[in-house]
Amino acid sequence: MAWDRNQMAERAAQELQDGWYVNLGIGIPTLVSNYIPDGIEVTLQSENGMLGMGPFPTEDNIDADLINAGKQTITELPQTAYFDSAQSFGMIRGGKIAMAILGAMEVAENGDLANWMIPGKLVKGMGGAMDLVAGVGRVVVVMDHTNKHGDSKVLKECSLPLTGQKVVDRIITNLGVLDVVEGGLKIVETAEGVTEDELRAATEAKIV
Amino acid sequence: MKKVYNSAAEALDGLLHDGMFIAAGGFGLCGIPELLLGAIKDAGTKDLTFASNNAGVDDFGIGILLQTKQVKKMISSYVGENAEFMRQYLSGELELEFNPQGTLAERMRAGGCGIPGFYTKTGVGTVIAEGKEHKDFNGETYIMEEGIFADLAIVKAWKADATGNLVFRKTARNFNPPAAMCGKTCVVEVEEIVPTGSLDPDTIHLPGIYVHRIIQGEHEKRIEQRTTRAA
Repeated sequence: MAWDRNQMAERAAQELQDGWYVNLGIGIPTLVSNYIPDGIEVTLQSENGMLGMGPFPTEDNIDADLINAGKQTITELPQTAYFDSAQSFGMIRGGKIAMAILGAMEVAENGDLANWMIPGKLVKGMGGAMDLVAGVGRVVVVMDHTNKHGDSKVLKECSLPLTGQKVVDRIITNLGVLDVVEGGLKIVETAEGVTEDELRAATEAKIV
Repeated sequence: MKKVYNSAAEALDGLLHDGMFIAAGGFGLCGIPELLLGAIKDAGTKDLTFASNNAGVDDFGIGILLQTKQVKKMISSYVGENAEFMRQYLSGELELEFNPQGTLAERMRAGGCGIPGFYTKTGVGTVIAEGKEHKDFNGETYIMEEGIFADLAIVKAWKADATGNLVFRKTARNFNPPAAMCGKTCVVEVEEIVPTGSLDPDTIHLPGIYVHRIIQGEHEKRIEQRTTRAA
Protein backbone atom coordinates (compact mmCIF):
# COMPACT_ATOMS: atom_id res chain seq x y z
CA MET A 1 0.00 0.00 0.00
CA ALA A 2 1.10 3.53 -0.68
CA TRP A 3 -0.50 6.84 -1.47
CA ASP A 4 -2.03 7.34 -4.91
CA ARG A 5 -1.86 10.63 -6.83
CA ASN A 6 -4.85 12.10 -5.05
CA GLN A 7 -3.65 11.04 -1.62
CA MET A 8 -0.26 12.63 -2.34
CA ALA A 9 -2.02 15.83 -3.36
CA GLU A 10 -4.18 15.68 -0.23
CA ARG A 11 -1.06 15.27 1.92
CA ALA A 12 0.64 18.16 0.12
CA ALA A 13 -2.40 20.36 0.78
CA GLN A 14 -1.67 20.03 4.50
CA GLU A 15 1.47 22.09 3.87
CA LEU A 16 -0.68 25.14 3.12
CA GLN A 17 -1.03 27.86 5.72
CA ASP A 18 -3.72 30.49 6.05
CA GLY A 19 -2.99 33.64 4.08
CA TRP A 20 -0.28 32.15 1.91
CA TYR A 21 0.29 32.94 -1.75
CA VAL A 22 1.25 29.66 -3.44
CA ASN A 23 2.34 28.43 -6.85
CA LEU A 24 1.30 24.92 -7.91
CA GLY A 25 3.18 23.14 -10.69
CA ILE A 26 1.75 20.96 -13.43
CA GLY A 27 0.59 17.38 -12.73
CA ILE A 28 -0.05 16.12 -9.19
CA PRO A 29 0.64 19.60 -7.69
CA THR A 30 -2.35 20.96 -9.63
CA LEU A 31 -4.56 18.44 -7.78
CA VAL A 32 -3.55 20.05 -4.46
CA SER A 33 -6.14 22.79 -5.05
CA ASN A 34 -8.87 20.13 -4.66
CA TYR A 35 -7.82 19.47 -1.05
CA ILE A 36 -7.30 22.91 0.50
CA PRO A 37 -8.30 22.36 4.17
CA ASP A 38 -11.36 24.14 5.56
CA GLY A 39 -10.56 27.43 7.23
CA ILE A 40 -7.33 27.88 5.24
CA GLU A 41 -7.38 30.69 2.73
CA VAL A 42 -4.67 30.51 0.09
CA THR A 43 -4.25 32.50 -3.11
CA LEU A 44 -2.92 30.57 -6.08
CA GLN A 45 -0.48 32.29 -8.38
CA SER A 46 -0.21 31.42 -12.05
CA GLU A 47 3.18 32.66 -13.23
CA ASN A 48 1.86 33.84 -16.60
CA GLY A 49 0.44 36.79 -14.69
CA MET A 50 -2.37 36.11 -12.25
CA LEU A 51 -3.08 35.88 -8.55
CA GLY A 52 -6.34 34.28 -7.48
CA MET A 53 -6.66 31.44 -9.96
CA GLY A 54 -10.14 29.92 -10.15
CA PRO A 55 -11.32 26.49 -11.37
CA PHE A 56 -11.63 25.35 -14.99
CA PRO A 57 -14.47 27.08 -16.85
CA THR A 58 -17.72 25.51 -17.95
CA GLU A 59 -18.01 25.11 -21.72
CA ASP A 60 -19.92 28.39 -22.15
CA ASN A 61 -17.47 30.29 -19.98
CA ILE A 62 -14.22 29.67 -21.90
CA ASP A 63 -12.05 32.73 -22.50
CA ALA A 64 -8.97 32.55 -24.76
CA ASP A 65 -7.44 35.43 -22.78
CA LEU A 66 -7.62 33.52 -19.50
CA ILE A 67 -5.23 30.59 -19.14
CA ASN A 68 -2.94 29.14 -16.50
CA ALA A 69 0.79 28.44 -16.77
CA GLY A 70 -0.02 25.02 -18.24
CA LYS A 71 -1.91 26.89 -21.02
CA GLN A 72 -5.22 25.46 -19.80
CA THR A 73 -8.35 27.60 -19.82
CA ILE A 74 -9.29 28.71 -16.29
CA THR A 75 -11.51 31.25 -14.51
CA GLU A 76 -11.02 34.22 -12.22
CA LEU A 77 -12.22 34.79 -8.66
CA PRO A 78 -13.51 37.91 -6.92
CA GLN A 79 -9.99 38.61 -5.54
CA THR A 80 -8.16 37.99 -8.84
CA ALA A 81 -5.45 40.39 -9.99
CA TYR A 82 -3.59 40.35 -13.31
CA PHE A 83 -0.07 41.63 -14.06
CA ASP A 84 2.68 41.17 -16.61
CA SER A 85 5.35 38.45 -16.67
CA ALA A 86 8.10 40.72 -15.34
CA GLN A 87 6.04 41.63 -12.28
CA SER A 88 4.93 38.01 -11.90
CA PHE A 89 8.49 36.80 -11.67
CA GLY A 90 9.38 39.86 -9.63
CA MET A 91 7.07 38.58 -6.90
CA ILE A 92 8.54 35.09 -7.28
CA ARG A 93 12.17 36.24 -7.24
CA GLY A 94 11.38 38.72 -4.51
CA GLY A 95 10.26 35.98 -2.13
CA LYS A 96 6.62 37.08 -1.96
CA ILE A 97 5.32 33.63 -2.88
CA ALA A 98 5.36 31.56 0.32
CA MET A 99 5.57 28.15 -1.28
CA ALA A 100 5.81 26.28 -4.56
CA ILE A 101 4.65 22.69 -4.91
CA LEU A 102 6.36 21.06 -7.89
CA GLY A 103 6.87 17.71 -9.56
CA ALA A 104 10.38 16.30 -10.02
CA MET A 105 12.43 13.71 -11.85
CA GLU A 106 15.11 13.53 -9.15
CA VAL A 107 15.81 15.07 -5.75
CA ALA A 108 19.14 14.77 -3.91
CA GLU A 109 19.81 14.58 -0.18
CA ASN A 110 21.19 18.14 -0.18
CA GLY A 111 18.00 19.53 -1.73
CA ASP A 112 19.20 19.63 -5.33
CA LEU A 113 16.30 19.34 -7.75
CA ALA A 114 16.18 18.06 -11.34
CA ASN A 115 12.91 18.36 -13.20
CA TRP A 116 13.50 20.02 -16.56
CA MET A 117 15.61 17.94 -18.93
CA ILE A 118 16.89 14.48 -19.76
CA PRO A 119 20.05 14.65 -21.89
CA GLY A 120 19.53 12.98 -25.26
CA LYS A 121 15.77 13.32 -25.02
CA LEU A 122 13.51 16.04 -26.33
CA VAL A 123 14.24 19.22 -24.36
CA LYS A 124 11.22 21.43 -23.95
CA GLY A 125 12.67 24.04 -21.63
CA MET A 126 12.59 24.96 -17.97
CA GLY A 127 9.73 27.44 -18.23
CA GLY A 128 9.43 29.15 -14.85
CA ALA A 129 10.73 26.25 -12.73
CA MET A 130 14.25 27.64 -12.16
CA ASP A 131 12.86 31.02 -11.12
CA LEU A 132 10.34 29.43 -8.76
CA VAL A 133 12.76 27.15 -6.91
CA ALA A 134 15.31 29.96 -6.57
CA GLY A 135 12.81 32.54 -5.40
CA VAL A 136 9.92 31.21 -3.33
CA GLY A 137 10.01 30.81 0.44
CA ARG A 138 9.55 27.05 0.57
CA VAL A 139 9.85 24.35 -2.10
CA VAL A 140 7.84 21.14 -1.69
CA VAL A 141 8.32 18.37 -4.23
CA VAL A 142 5.56 15.86 -4.93
CA MET A 143 6.56 12.81 -6.98
CA ASP A 144 6.66 9.02 -7.09
CA HIS A 145 9.43 7.67 -4.91
CA THR A 146 10.82 5.44 -7.67
CA ASN A 147 10.83 5.53 -11.47
CA LYS A 148 9.14 2.99 -13.71
CA HIS A 149 12.19 0.69 -13.44
CA GLY A 150 11.88 0.74 -9.65
CA ASP A 151 15.00 2.91 -9.18
CA SER A 152 14.96 5.51 -6.43
CA LYS A 153 14.33 9.12 -7.44
CA VAL A 154 15.48 10.27 -4.00
CA LEU A 155 19.23 10.21 -4.54
CA LYS A 156 22.62 10.98 -3.02
CA GLU A 157 23.27 13.19 -6.03
CA CYS A 158 21.12 14.09 -9.02
CA SER A 159 22.28 12.52 -12.28
CA LEU A 160 20.17 14.87 -14.44
CA PRO A 161 20.88 18.56 -15.11
CA LEU A 162 19.71 20.62 -12.14
CA THR A 163 16.78 22.99 -11.97
CA GLY A 164 18.09 24.39 -8.72
CA GLN A 165 20.86 23.80 -6.21
CA LYS A 166 19.93 23.06 -2.57
CA VAL A 167 16.41 24.36 -3.07
CA VAL A 168 14.06 21.59 -1.87
CA ASP A 169 12.69 21.77 1.67
CA ARG A 170 10.29 18.80 1.75
CA ILE A 171 9.64 15.74 -0.43
CA ILE A 172 6.22 14.10 -0.53
CA THR A 173 6.15 10.77 -2.39
CA ASN A 174 3.79 7.82 -2.67
CA LEU A 175 5.74 6.24 0.22
CA GLY A 176 5.94 9.11 2.68
CA VAL A 177 7.29 12.53 3.61
CA LEU A 178 10.96 13.49 3.98
CA ASP A 179 12.60 16.76 4.98
CA VAL A 180 15.94 18.01 3.71
CA VAL A 181 18.03 18.64 6.83
CA GLU A 182 21.70 19.07 7.68
CA GLY A 183 23.56 15.96 6.49
CA GLY A 184 20.72 14.27 4.61
CA LEU A 185 17.01 13.54 4.74
CA LYS A 186 14.80 13.06 7.76
CA ILE A 187 11.69 10.89 7.67
CA VAL A 188 8.67 12.96 8.69
CA GLU A 189 6.08 10.26 8.17
CA THR A 190 5.36 7.15 6.12
CA ALA A 191 2.34 6.67 3.88
CA GLU A 192 -0.49 4.52 5.14
CA GLY A 193 0.58 0.87 5.01
CA VAL A 194 4.24 1.70 4.29
CA THR A 195 6.86 0.79 6.88
CA GLU A 196 9.91 2.89 7.64
CA ASP A 197 12.06 0.00 6.39
CA GLU A 198 10.24 0.02 3.05
CA LEU A 199 10.72 3.76 2.74
CA ARG A 200 14.43 3.44 3.55
CA ALA A 201 14.85 0.57 1.07
CA ALA A 202 13.36 2.69 -1.74
CA THR A 203 15.59 5.66 -0.90
CA GLU A 204 19.15 5.98 -2.20
CA ALA A 205 19.78 9.24 -0.33
CA LYS A 206 21.21 9.22 3.18
CA ILE A 207 18.52 9.24 5.85
CA VAL A 208 19.61 10.81 9.12
CA MET B 1 2.47 62.32 -35.00
CA LYS B 2 0.34 59.61 -36.50
CA LYS B 3 0.68 56.21 -34.83
CA VAL B 4 -2.34 54.44 -36.28
CA TYR B 5 -1.75 52.42 -39.46
CA ASN B 6 -4.21 50.62 -41.71
CA SER B 7 -2.65 47.16 -41.84
CA ALA B 8 0.06 45.03 -40.26
CA ALA B 9 2.11 45.23 -43.48
CA GLU B 10 1.85 49.02 -43.52
CA ALA B 11 2.77 49.27 -39.83
CA LEU B 12 5.92 47.19 -40.40
CA ASP B 13 6.96 49.03 -43.57
CA GLY B 14 10.56 50.20 -43.31
CA LEU B 15 11.16 48.44 -40.00
CA LEU B 16 12.15 44.96 -41.18
CA HIS B 17 15.58 43.79 -42.25
CA ASP B 18 17.31 40.42 -42.49
CA GLY B 19 19.18 39.37 -39.36
CA MET B 20 17.20 41.61 -37.03
CA PHE B 21 16.34 40.99 -33.38
CA ILE B 22 12.64 40.97 -32.49
CA ALA B 23 11.04 40.76 -29.04
CA ALA B 24 7.54 39.31 -29.16
CA GLY B 25 4.83 39.29 -26.50
CA GLY B 26 2.58 36.36 -25.64
CA PHE B 27 2.52 33.25 -23.48
CA GLY B 28 1.81 30.06 -25.37
CA LEU B 29 -0.78 31.19 -27.92
CA CYS B 30 -2.33 33.68 -25.48
CA GLY B 31 -1.82 37.34 -26.28
CA ILE B 32 0.49 36.76 -29.25
CA PRO B 33 0.84 39.37 -32.02
CA GLU B 34 -0.68 37.04 -34.60
CA LEU B 35 -1.35 39.69 -37.27
CA LEU B 36 2.17 41.14 -37.14
CA LEU B 37 3.70 37.65 -37.28
CA GLY B 38 1.62 37.01 -40.39
CA ALA B 39 2.90 40.22 -41.97
CA ILE B 40 6.52 39.30 -41.19
CA LYS B 41 5.93 35.97 -42.89
CA ASP B 42 4.55 37.75 -45.96
CA ALA B 43 7.50 40.17 -45.95
CA GLY B 44 9.89 37.21 -46.07
CA THR B 45 12.42 38.78 -43.69
CA LYS B 46 15.09 36.18 -42.90
CA ASP B 47 17.66 35.19 -40.25
CA LEU B 48 15.50 36.56 -37.46
CA THR B 49 16.34 36.25 -33.78
CA PHE B 50 13.27 36.15 -31.57
CA ALA B 51 13.08 36.75 -27.84
CA SER B 52 9.74 35.14 -27.09
CA ASN B 53 8.70 32.92 -24.20
CA ASN B 54 7.41 30.24 -26.58
CA ALA B 55 7.69 29.38 -30.27
CA GLY B 56 4.00 28.90 -31.03
CA VAL B 57 2.66 25.68 -32.54
CA ASP B 58 3.36 24.36 -36.05
CA ASP B 59 0.75 26.48 -37.81
CA PHE B 60 0.20 29.41 -35.43
CA GLY B 61 2.31 32.01 -33.71
CA ILE B 62 6.04 32.04 -34.41
CA GLY B 63 5.54 28.51 -35.79
CA ILE B 64 4.46 30.01 -39.12
CA LEU B 65 7.89 31.67 -39.46
CA LEU B 66 9.64 28.41 -38.62
CA GLN B 67 7.81 26.70 -41.50
CA THR B 68 9.21 29.30 -43.90
CA LYS B 69 12.67 29.05 -42.25
CA GLN B 70 12.77 32.77 -41.46
CA VAL B 71 14.02 32.23 -37.91
CA LYS B 72 17.72 31.80 -37.12
CA LYS B 73 17.58 31.84 -33.33
CA MET B 74 15.05 31.63 -30.51
CA ILE B 75 15.51 32.94 -26.97
CA SER B 76 12.75 31.17 -25.06
CA SER B 77 11.89 29.39 -21.82
CA TYR B 78 9.67 26.64 -23.20
CA VAL B 79 9.30 25.34 -26.74
CA GLY B 80 7.61 21.99 -26.16
CA GLU B 81 4.55 22.39 -28.33
CA ASN B 82 6.18 22.72 -31.72
CA ALA B 83 7.30 19.69 -33.77
CA GLU B 84 8.82 21.73 -36.63
CA PHE B 85 10.82 23.71 -34.08
CA MET B 86 12.25 20.48 -32.67
CA ARG B 87 13.07 19.15 -36.11
CA GLN B 88 15.00 22.29 -37.08
CA TYR B 89 16.69 22.48 -33.69
CA LEU B 90 17.84 18.86 -33.69
CA SER B 91 19.12 19.16 -37.28
CA GLY B 92 21.14 22.24 -36.32
CA GLU B 93 19.22 24.65 -38.59
CA LEU B 94 17.93 26.64 -35.64
CA GLU B 95 19.80 28.10 -32.68
CA LEU B 96 18.15 27.97 -29.29
CA GLU B 97 19.01 29.86 -26.12
CA PHE B 98 16.99 28.71 -23.14
CA ASN B 99 16.29 31.42 -20.58
CA PRO B 100 14.39 30.79 -17.35
CA GLN B 101 11.00 32.43 -17.83
CA GLY B 102 11.46 35.08 -15.16
CA THR B 103 14.97 35.83 -16.35
CA LEU B 104 13.66 36.35 -19.88
CA ALA B 105 10.90 38.68 -18.66
CA GLU B 106 13.34 40.66 -16.52
CA ARG B 107 15.88 40.83 -19.36
CA MET B 108 13.20 42.52 -21.46
CA ARG B 109 12.07 44.81 -18.67
CA ALA B 110 15.66 45.74 -17.82
CA GLY B 111 16.52 46.49 -21.45
CA GLY B 112 13.48 48.74 -21.68
CA CYS B 113 14.62 50.55 -18.53
CA GLY B 114 18.16 51.09 -19.78
CA ILE B 115 19.65 48.46 -17.50
CA PRO B 116 22.30 46.41 -19.36
CA GLY B 117 22.70 43.74 -16.66
CA PHE B 118 21.28 42.52 -13.37
CA TYR B 119 21.97 39.80 -10.83
CA THR B 120 19.62 36.93 -10.05
CA LYS B 121 19.70 33.72 -8.03
CA THR B 122 17.74 31.95 -10.75
CA GLY B 123 19.86 29.26 -12.38
CA VAL B 124 22.81 29.34 -9.96
CA GLY B 125 24.40 25.87 -9.96
CA THR B 126 22.69 24.88 -13.24
CA VAL B 127 23.76 24.88 -16.90
CA ILE B 128 22.19 28.34 -17.17
CA ALA B 129 24.97 29.76 -14.98
CA GLU B 130 27.81 28.38 -17.10
CA GLY B 131 30.05 31.15 -18.42
CA LYS B 132 28.20 33.89 -16.55
CA GLU B 133 29.63 36.25 -13.97
CA HIS B 134 28.96 35.10 -10.39
CA LYS B 135 28.83 37.56 -7.54
CA ASP B 136 27.99 37.24 -3.85
CA PHE B 137 25.64 39.63 -2.09
CA ASN B 138 24.99 39.20 1.65
CA GLY B 139 26.42 35.68 1.58
CA GLU B 140 24.33 34.46 -1.36
CA THR B 141 25.56 33.77 -4.88
CA TYR B 142 23.93 35.41 -7.88
CA ILE B 143 24.62 35.34 -11.63
CA MET B 144 24.58 38.25 -14.00
CA GLU B 145 22.03 38.32 -16.79
CA GLU B 146 21.95 40.91 -19.55
CA GLY B 147 19.14 43.25 -20.52
CA ILE B 148 17.58 42.70 -23.95
CA PHE B 149 17.70 45.54 -26.45
CA ALA B 150 15.67 44.47 -29.48
CA ASP B 151 15.48 46.19 -32.87
CA LEU B 152 11.73 45.73 -32.89
CA ALA B 153 9.01 44.74 -30.43
CA ILE B 154 5.78 43.20 -31.67
CA VAL B 155 2.97 43.17 -29.17
CA LYS B 156 -0.73 42.36 -28.80
CA ALA B 157 -3.00 44.45 -26.56
CA TRP B 158 -6.75 44.60 -26.06
CA LYS B 159 -7.36 48.30 -26.57
CA ALA B 160 -5.31 51.31 -27.56
CA ASP B 161 -6.06 54.95 -28.04
CA ALA B 162 -4.53 56.83 -30.98
CA THR B 163 -1.61 57.97 -28.81
CA GLY B 164 -0.62 54.35 -28.03
CA ASN B 165 -1.84 54.08 -24.45
CA LEU B 166 -2.56 50.37 -23.98
CA VAL B 167 -4.92 48.21 -21.98
CA PHE B 168 -4.46 44.47 -21.88
CA ARG B 169 -7.02 41.83 -21.00
CA LYS B 170 -6.64 39.12 -18.30
CA THR B 171 -3.66 36.78 -18.75
CA ALA B 172 -3.13 37.97 -22.34
CA ARG B 173 -0.99 40.73 -20.83
CA ASN B 174 1.91 38.34 -19.92
CA PHE B 175 5.11 39.20 -21.83
CA ASN B 176 3.57 42.03 -23.86
CA PRO B 177 4.53 45.03 -21.67
CA PRO B 178 8.16 43.95 -21.09
CA ALA B 179 8.54 43.04 -24.78
CA ALA B 180 7.11 46.42 -25.81
CA MET B 181 9.53 48.23 -23.52
CA CYS B 182 12.70 46.57 -24.84
CA GLY B 183 12.16 47.33 -28.53
CA LYS B 184 13.84 50.27 -30.22
CA THR B 185 10.58 50.48 -32.16
CA CYS B 186 7.36 48.94 -30.89
CA VAL B 187 4.43 47.96 -33.11
CA VAL B 188 1.18 46.96 -31.42
CA GLU B 189 -1.89 45.17 -32.70
CA VAL B 190 -5.14 45.61 -30.80
CA GLU B 191 -8.71 44.41 -30.97
CA GLU B 192 -10.03 47.94 -30.75
CA ILE B 193 -8.67 51.45 -31.16
CA VAL B 194 -10.79 53.70 -28.96
CA PRO B 195 -11.10 57.50 -29.06
CA THR B 196 -8.31 59.29 -27.19
CA GLY B 197 -9.74 60.36 -23.86
CA SER B 198 -12.04 57.38 -23.48
CA LEU B 199 -9.52 55.28 -21.53
CA ASP B 200 -9.38 56.13 -17.82
CA PRO B 201 -5.79 57.42 -17.37
CA ASP B 202 -5.61 55.53 -14.06
CA THR B 203 -6.24 52.19 -15.75
CA ILE B 204 -3.69 52.35 -18.56
CA HIS B 205 -1.34 49.35 -18.32
CA LEU B 206 1.36 50.64 -20.65
CA PRO B 207 1.67 54.33 -21.56
CA GLY B 208 1.97 55.34 -25.20
CA ILE B 209 5.57 56.48 -24.84
CA TYR B 210 6.57 52.86 -25.51
CA VAL B 211 4.34 52.51 -28.58
CA HIS B 212 5.24 53.78 -32.05
CA ARG B 213 2.76 52.17 -34.42
CA ILE B 214 -0.70 50.67 -33.88
CA ILE B 215 -3.05 48.56 -35.93
CA GLN B 216 -6.52 47.24 -35.23
CA GLY B 217 -7.62 43.85 -36.52
CA GLU B 218 -9.57 40.63 -36.11
CA HIS B 219 -7.83 38.05 -33.94
CA GLU B 220 -8.25 34.31 -34.07
CA LYS B 221 -7.11 33.93 -30.43
CA ARG B 222 -6.55 30.19 -30.65
CA ILE B 223 -6.77 28.13 -27.44
CA GLU B 224 -3.95 25.65 -26.77
CA GLN B 225 -5.46 23.54 -23.96
CA ARG B 226 -9.23 23.75 -23.89
CA THR B 227 -10.00 22.51 -20.39
CA THR B 228 -13.47 22.58 -18.86
CA ARG B 229 -15.49 21.30 -15.95
CA ALA B 230 -19.10 20.06 -16.02
CA ALA B 231 -21.68 22.84 -15.81
